[in-house]
Amino acid sequence: MLKLLAKSIREYKIYAILTPIAMVLEVLMESFIVFIGKDLINIMQADNPEIKQVLLYGLLLIVMATISLLCGIGGAVFGARASTGFAKNLRGDLFKKIQDFSFSNIDSFKTSSLVTRLTTDVQMCQMAFQMILRIVIRCPLQLIMAIIMGFMINYELALIYVLLLPALGIILFTIVRVTMKIFRRAFTKYDNLNNSVQENIKGIRVVKSYVREEHEKEKFSFASNDLSQNFKKAERIVALNNPVMQIFIHVAIMLLCYFGAKTAVTHEFIVFPGKIDFSVGEISSLNTYGLEILSSMMMLAMIFVTLSMSLESARRIKEVMLTKSDIVNPENPIMDVASGDIVFENVNFKYKADADKNVLENINLNIKSGQTVGILGSTGSGKTSLVNLISRLYDVSSGAIYVGGHDVREYDIEVLRNQISVVLQKNLLFSGTIKENLRWGDKEATDEQMIEACKTACADEFIQSFPKGYDTFIEEGGSNVSGGQKQRLCIARALLKKPKVLILDDSTSAVDTKTDMLIRKGLKENNPQITKIIIAQRISSVSDADQIIIMNDGKIDAIGKHDELLKTNKIYQEVYYSQNKVGDEDGSQN
Amino acid sequence: MEAKTKVNNTKIKAKRGETLKHLKRLIKDLWEFARWKLILITICIILSAVSQTTGSIFLAQIINNVIAPSIENNMTFAELSNTLLKYILIMAGIYTVGLIANIIYTQMNAVLVQNFLNHIRKRTFNKMEKLPIRFFDTHTHGDIMSIYTNDIDTIRELVSSSFTAIISSGSILIALIIIMLTYSIYLALIVFAGVFAMVFVSRKYGGTASKYFIKQQKAIGEVEGFVEESMNGMKVIKVFCHEKETYEDFQKKNEYLRSCSVKGNTNGNILGPVVGNIGNILYVIVAVVGTILFINKVPNLTLRGIVRFEMGYVVSFLGMARQFSRNVNQISMQTNTIVMGLAGAKRVYNLMELEEEVDDGYVTLVNAKYDENGNIIECEEKTGMWAWKYPHAKTGEITYTKLCGDIRMFDVDFGYNPDKIVLHDITLYAEPGQRVAFVGATGAGKTTITNLINRFYDIADGKIRYDGININKIKKSDLRRSLGIVLQDTNLFTGTVMENIRYGRLDATDEEVYAAAKTANAYDFITRLPQGFNTMLTSDGANLSQGQRQLLSIARAAVADAPVMIMDEATSSIDTRTEALVQEGTDKIMHGRTVFFIAHRLSTVQKCDVIMVLENGRIIERGNHQELIAKHGKYYQLYTGVFELE
Repeated sequence: MLKLLAKSIREYKIYAILTPIAMVLEVLMESFIVFIGKDLINIMQADNPEIKQVLLYGLLLIVMATISLLCGIGGAVFGARASTGFAKNLRGDLFKKIQDFSFSNIDSFKTSSLVTRLTTDVQMCQMAFQMILRIVIRCPLQLIMAIIMGFMINYELALIYVLLLPALGIILFTIVRVTMKIFRRAFTKYDNLNNSVQENIKGIRVVKSYVREEHEKEKFSFASNDLSQNFKKAERIVALNNPVMQIFIHVAIMLLCYFGAKTAVTHEFIVFPGKIDFSVGEISSLNTYGLEILSSMMMLAMIFVTLSMSLESARRIKEVMLTKSDIVNPENPIMDVASGDIVFENVNFKYKADADKNVLENINLNIKSGQTVGILGSTGSGKTSLVNLISRLYDVSSGAIYVGGHDVREYDIEVLRNQISVVLQKNLLFSGTIKENLRWGDKEATDEQMIEACKTACADEFIQSFPKGYDTFIEEGGSNVSGGQKQRLCIARALLKKPKVLILDDSTSAVDTKTDMLIRKGLKENNPQITKIIIAQRISSVSDADQIIIMNDGKIDAIGKHDELLKTNKIYQEVYYSQNKVGDEDGSQN
Repeated sequence: MEAKTKVNNTKIKAKRGETLKHLKRLIKDLWEFARWKLILITICIILSAVSQTTGSIFLAQIINNVIAPSIENNMTFAELSNTLLKYILIMAGIYTVGLIANIIYTQMNAVLVQNFLNHIRKRTFNKMEKLPIRFFDTHTHGDIMSIYTNDIDTIRELVSSSFTAIISSGSILIALIIIMLTYSIYLALIVFAGVFAMVFVSRKYGGTASKYFIKQQKAIGEVEGFVEESMNGMKVIKVFCHEKETYEDFQKKNEYLRSCSVKGNTNGNILGPVVGNIGNILYVIVAVVGTILFINKVPNLTLRGIVRFEMGYVVSFLGMARQFSRNVNQISMQTNTIVMGLAGAKRVYNLMELEEEVDDGYVTLVNAKYDENGNIIECEEKTGMWAWKYPHAKTGEITYTKLCGDIRMFDVDFGYNPDKIVLHDITLYAEPGQRVAFVGATGAGKTTITNLINRFYDIADGKIRYDGININKIKKSDLRRSLGIVLQDTNLFTGTVMENIRYGRLDATDEEVYAAAKTANAYDFITRLPQGFNTMLTSDGANLSQGQRQLLSIARAAVADAPVMIMDEATSSIDTRTEALVQEGTDKIMHGRTVFFIAHRLSTVQKCDVIMVLENGRIIERGNHQELIAKHGKYYQLYTGVFELE
């Protein structure tokens, strides 16, 4: 898993290497500083301290402090560069990966979960990476250096720490492990509580309408108390960390004071045989090393917590990274779509391989270049699924679709999609000006081309009525234009691609009937060569098509022209009469 | 220029004053919440902190009284061991007291903080439930949510770590200052100067770091917004093969985020080594100056007067300088937490100070029955009949009016803001059992009218009468209880299906819930769920289809059994079979009630008794379907598709 993420370090590798080097040097310097400090104290403690020597050692210490400072700054700068650069690359890679997802991949992830992965999770990884580079290397080294230095000063007294250390480690890690379990549970409860608050905010009208404020307060109070109980339990155990550290530090100081003073007076080891040069300076620096050893242990426990929490984030990122797009370019793809002919040959399709029922069953179609084809059918009858297969937004489960004489799976995906322009049912404009949105269809489109496309889509008129015309800013999701206007803009955008096939998936539902007619007329007159496939709810939108396909429950119920279908097809008749009832009723009433 | 600075200064001062206000309020709240515990905790923190500083005193004592005499007077260990043991035992005693104090305060603090947060959370929620709908309409959900997800957490950090750290480090600092001054005023001054330098440096780097961290947060927000927009539009992006351009745009935002993040992190990282090495340099200066003072036998100025300069003091000063700078660091590290915590507290308190929804109605809804003379009287038991109880203030007389569901509006004007009226001259009568439909484009005012009936908002001018009573006189809770509601957004709550239906009336029996489910056509699908009526619903019923959710919300309204219904028709497309079920359920539940029906599709309004066509906040046409079609007006045009509805 880590290998996979490490791929994103790339150009920041040099910093990722330099950081630990700087940190190692810094720790070494720090340990030496304490060691030299010991000599300084001993010189000062001598009967007649010499000022010259004090100054010399002082100068030496300052030089070392400067080196340590430089290394520290180096570690700081390199660490920040490495981790933020890594995070940037990781975010970019993730984004690119998600863009490569096929429609069915996109369907299987929730937008909010992808957003979290790109923000919070990457941020967690950045922090963890910086921690690994800076502290995970520094901390154990500091511990080891302190122990080594301690042994060099007095291997007998340094044993105090060596004996205390594992005990402290066991206690701290037990606390961490116990509390992490409780915290995990508590955080789920926390999520639940937040969910219930969210429900209340979203459903405040329901709460107030049914006068359930008191009921909700009770529910919340119950959940909040429960959460509080859980957190209390965990926090109380965490709170033990502090006194535990205190006990160890105090015990260490007292042992050191007693045995240190004894050694300093007798100049003999206490248990081991032999003499030793031991004085105030040694006691003082042993004390400093001791504190370092114990606090490094504490730090290790904290790092353990943070890293294990960020592992969860890394896992979530990996999940996206390892998802394979199920639609990929073929080898040696065809780079040109010859015509707008479309043929469906025994096509079956289902969204999930393990679904029992096909969404589309045994579809056979033959559409000639330049034809207008209408598709009608109730919700869920498979109209959208059918057209999505043409531009390979999904792949057929069996059978084949040919565009311009070749199987769609033989084309380069970009070429294919550029030649087949789809106005999706759930269409979107992006925040930016109208021009910027239109240029999605063609980056190099001139103003004239844009106006022409907008005229065909009956959008030019209302765009011109805006004070800023084509430079009007569209808010996110197109919230400042009406539904019908949005649809017309989307059609214009699709036209600018100058496609061989244009698919309108219920794209004029919010447009009034007259404009709807004008758009169809415009398409026919201005773009006779384009194959036009129109999914619609209104009979009037498809009645003049060359062929009308009636979909029912994933199958083709009938194909024909308006007049034929009106005579022979039951579904078509039903829809026709329900939509033209007005006239009848009107007539019968009068 | 000068004027500008002045303005800025007053602004900063005002801001500081406000921050202080919130700090004061937070401390006051905490104090009122647990006065005695706080006192005990504070005492224990101080005890524990002071006991930790004694280590360096004893080290000095041991050096001066045990080790130095052994060197100067050649005393043996046997002669000194009693003195040494005495010191160690005193140390052990002090440490034990400190440790006990430490355990007491850390345990108490852990509990206290959680209790306090629980208290704040509940208070915030209770307050929120009392706020008028206007509050929810004018704040984004994310905005309100962040009080619970962020702000209360920042208060936790503030109360649990910052307050403790400040008291603890503060008392250690005071103790150290006193000890240092009794040892040597000269050396103490050097330490103070060094610490001053540290504070200066950490404010500089820390300030820059937090400035960039704030920018980083903003940049993350922008990345988040961009990702969200492109995720939602991913299908469009793919259809237009626009991946490369989108990726480039993303990388621009990504790079900006990196540049903020790298500056913030660099400054934050630098802080540690810089402060640490100032400490190292301070160490050297104290050592050198101390030695010079000692060698030259400079009279040592202390709080105790002028005493002999001893080397033990210098050595323990070295330790104390370390401890001093560490504690100053501890406090300065809290600055960020405090600033964030106070910002969180500010948002919480701002919510607490908002005006609550007032309910000054005095007409209440009671169970009623007819007495032998045919008069309506109040009764305890449920009779299925309800009456408005109207106490007349002047005469002290009480009258009862039967709840029928007759609603009339007379010349009602309304605006969400007083200066922008969105409804004009609305007059309408809904007799008991009638269905009134509202038709019109988005923003025409359909939903607004229903907001006035249940008094989510109050009218600006005109009258609304419910069974002849001015609705302003009716107690809001009773008014709303008499109105059933089915909204476009279904808004289910986490809990079982049973609980969700029972939400309509909490004292409904299981049988009544089943009956309501049957009325709403929901019974069949519920019984097919894995656990039937006990199936748990989570996150707004995500495990159900849109249509099933709607059936549940209809069942919920059915169990409430209110004489008046407000129905906001669901627009989202559902499969045809379920749609038929929903249609039928809706019809059944509307039967025999006064219904206000907000229609989004013209096909569904034909059965209504009256159709109101709204445009720009005015009723422009009214009548039943046939009448309106015959009129050949706006409704006719909408119906025949000449105009766009939504």
